Amino acid sequence: MCLAVPMKVVEIEEGTAVCEIDGVRREGSLMMLDDVAVGDYVLLHAGFAIEKIDPEEAEKTLQVFREALDAGLGAE
Amino acid sequence: MKYAGEFRDPALAKAMLATIEKQVADYPGVITLMEVCGTHTMSIYQHGIRNLLPKQIRLISGPGCPVCVTPIEYVDKAVAYARQADVVIATFGDMVRVPGSSSSLLREQASGAQIKIVYSPLDAVALAEKNPEKIVIFLGVGFETTAPTIAGSIVEAKKRGLKNYFVLCAHKTMPTPMAALTSDPELQVDGYICPAHVSAVIGAEAYKPLAEQFKVPCVVTGFEPLDMLRGVQMLVQQVLDGRAEVENEYQRIVKPQGNAKAQALLADVFELCDTGWRGIGMIPGSGLRIRDEFAEFDAEKQIPVEVEEPKEHEGCLCGEILKGKVTPKDCPLFRTACTPENPVGACMVSSEGTCAAEYKYGTD
Ligand code: SF4
Repeated sequence: MCLAVPMKVVEIEEGTAVCEIDGVRREGSLMMLDDVAVGDYVLLHAGFAIEKIDPEEAEKTLQVFREALDAGLGAE
Repeated sequence: MKYAGEFRDPALAKAMLATIEKQVADYPGVITLMEVCGTHTMSIYQHGIRNLLPKQIRLISGPGCPVCVTPIEYVDKAVAYARQADVVIATFGDMVRVPGSSSSLLREQASGAQIKIVYSPLDAVALAEKNPEKIVIFLGVGFETTAPTIAGSIVEAKKRGLKNYFVLCAHKTMPTPMAALTSDPELQVDGYICPAHVSAVIGAEAYKPLAEQFKVPCVVTGFEPLDMLRGVQMLVQQVLDGRAEVENEYQRIVKPQGNAKAQALLADVFELCDTGWRGIGMIPGSGLRIRDEFAEFDAEKQIPVEVEEPKEHEGCLCGEILKGKVTPKDCPLFRTACTPENPVGACMVSSEGTCAAEYKYGTD
């Protein structure tokens, strides 16, 4: 029930963002978010965009895993 | 799937697991971590995370499934409303199959009640607008991720001047129940895997009083497998270091202060109230009710209804499961009398329920 999915904003009109994932489109109200632009990724939940995804932070988190891998951890 | 696929990379997961193994290699005891978000429960089972982790780490599930923590009285009330003429019950899908004391919405539907499953509360508002002769009652269940969407629907109904849209409100909040669980001496929680999307709304800082008062580590964690492993690793590190802080693994979404607009929407429409949690009981100030300014949309205030005496199902251990004290396999009804097709308790209904997850993915 609490499922929320990261989706790409492809269109914005009158407080509603049209979002897309794997070719599926869904509308999300922007009642809870300011400054959303086409091309942003947002978290869509029950017909509302609840938060924007920060690409830099996503990259930083992934970097932690890559460092563990580079340190030779997990390699057999 | 951008921002999902990358966080499922098996090679990176292996590296993270190895990091955790190294971390606890010399640890003599067991570290118990609790998640309190239904999506985490699902993810742990779906990806078999429990079996991948070293034996020093024990994961338990808490009261994170919104449908499961909703008391049976609420289901009974929804059933009673469904039986009224002209009422359409609008709801997210999970609620429909939850057993009440003597019936469920699904059963009522079979005998003619109008039950409409919607994707968004705004769909329920549109339904009310299209059917002015009907009374549309939306089942407002869920934590802070979902509650603002219902608040939004009430604001929208007011804007459109609707007189036939109502909410039966049973919203619950975090982290108040976590404090209740932490003070339970039988439950030794060493750290909390804090909810992902609830935290997107309330912010990571919301767990600070909990971490400080109870000296319990808290890590806001996303629910892709890599996120979960990293969250576990951060919690374990806190335990090893003797720290009890709030850390945020899910920075790509969750900000320290959360989403101010969503919080404002919540505060406009709802106010805190005491509320009952299945398994835990009454927790002061842990629920949300509709403010007087929006009383015209409050089903309980506007539409009188008689509700049967609540009767819990004999033998169902949902209550204990929601506190993390037992696992589904401890329940004699699990897989025998209680299955997803024929659920006895709410934990077997919702895909986020622990019993449903154990049924579908459980091997341990
Ligand atoms: S298996 Fe069924 S009866 Fe047993 S605790 Fe879970 S939901 Fe309740």
